Amino acid sequence: MMLWTIVGMALVTAVPRVVPVFIMEKLNLPGWGRKWLAAIPYAALGALIIPGIFTVIEGQPWIGMAGGGAALTVAWLRAPIMVVVLVAIAIVFILNGFQSL
Amino acid sequence: MDTYEESLPSSGRIQMFRKGMAAGSPIILGYIPIALTYGVLAYQAGLSLWELTFMSIAVFAGAAQFLGVSMIAAGVTAAEIIIAVFVLNFRHFVMSLSFVNQIQAEGKKKQFPLTLLLTDETFAMSSIHKREANKVDAFWFYGGIMIAAYSSWVLGSLAGGLLGNVMPPSLSDSMGIALYAMFIGLLVPSMKNSLAVTGIALTAMAINSLGQWAGMTSGWAIVAGTILGGALGIFVLPDEEGEE
Repeated sequence: MMLWTIVGMALVTAVPRVVPVFIMEKLNLPGWGRKWLAAIPYAALGALIIPGIFTVIEGQPWIGMAGGGAALTVAWLRAPIMVVVLVAIAIVFILNGFQSL
Repeated sequence: MDTYEESLPSSGRIQMFRKGMAAGSPIILGYIPIALTYGVLAYQAGLSLWELTFMSIAVFAGAAQFLGVSMIAAGVTAAEIIIAVFVLNFRHFVMSLSFVNQIQAEGKKKQFPLTLLLTDETFAMSSIHKREANKVDAFWFYGGIMIAAYSSWVLGSLAGGLLGNVMPPSLSDSMGIALYAMFIGLLVPSMKNSLAVTGIALTAMAINSLGQWAGMTSGWAIVAGTILGGALGIFVLPDEEGEE
């Protein structure tokens, strides 16, 4: 039973992922359609960041905001992604640590 | 297995694969603590080590696996679990459309395995590396990103189930910011160069927040934010953007 639940979860996850491979040619998208698809990454990034970042530490949205603010600042200064990630982790770790003192 | 002889003519592929793995390394850092937590929770929910690892191999979707495991623990029926997972993961359909459009030069046989491993994170990382799509052996570059993410997710899940809580909770909680910081790090350089990109991202943030505030599930709210925020691109992106 557990196995079939997992197989079902896998199928409904995989199908939406792979269907575009087979329909893209048939869609024969006009210019505006391709512009829409080119904009999807930026829209997806926006939607993936907010509001999710406020719940990094449950009940303390300001910690997520501080970590995000630090990431924004460091990224603005052209730091590599790995540095952006490590700085944000450090900020949240410190703020979260102060909370539990 | 790669022997020395085989690797000679395909050194470009290996190099591209390595570049992809390097590009994917921030995803590894973000996935490990989440995968460990997943492994621990799944084991506590009653899944065997093999079942929880198989779920990571077969599903490869963090939020959906957490949802699935919590529903299994609550004794919800399989049909309900599968429907909930479908709704939560439908956003990958929209992302995959965009990604397939980006790698059209690759042909279906190469597009298929890449899209199978598309997550929020592998999509975000791949789509920001647009230039690689036009290079020879682009498949191996994107494959490197995907394999870095996939292997860390699967091995991290297994380790979580096997070892239990090895990471101090304060560290693992703090590392929850990692993937958000990665998304910010991917978005900011594009926002700096383009007011249009900034507008698209802010619109998607607003629509997603509004949708969730109004009671939409996070799955549908992200889909709405992505589709409608992206639609703004039709009007504000310069014409070349779609071709590049």
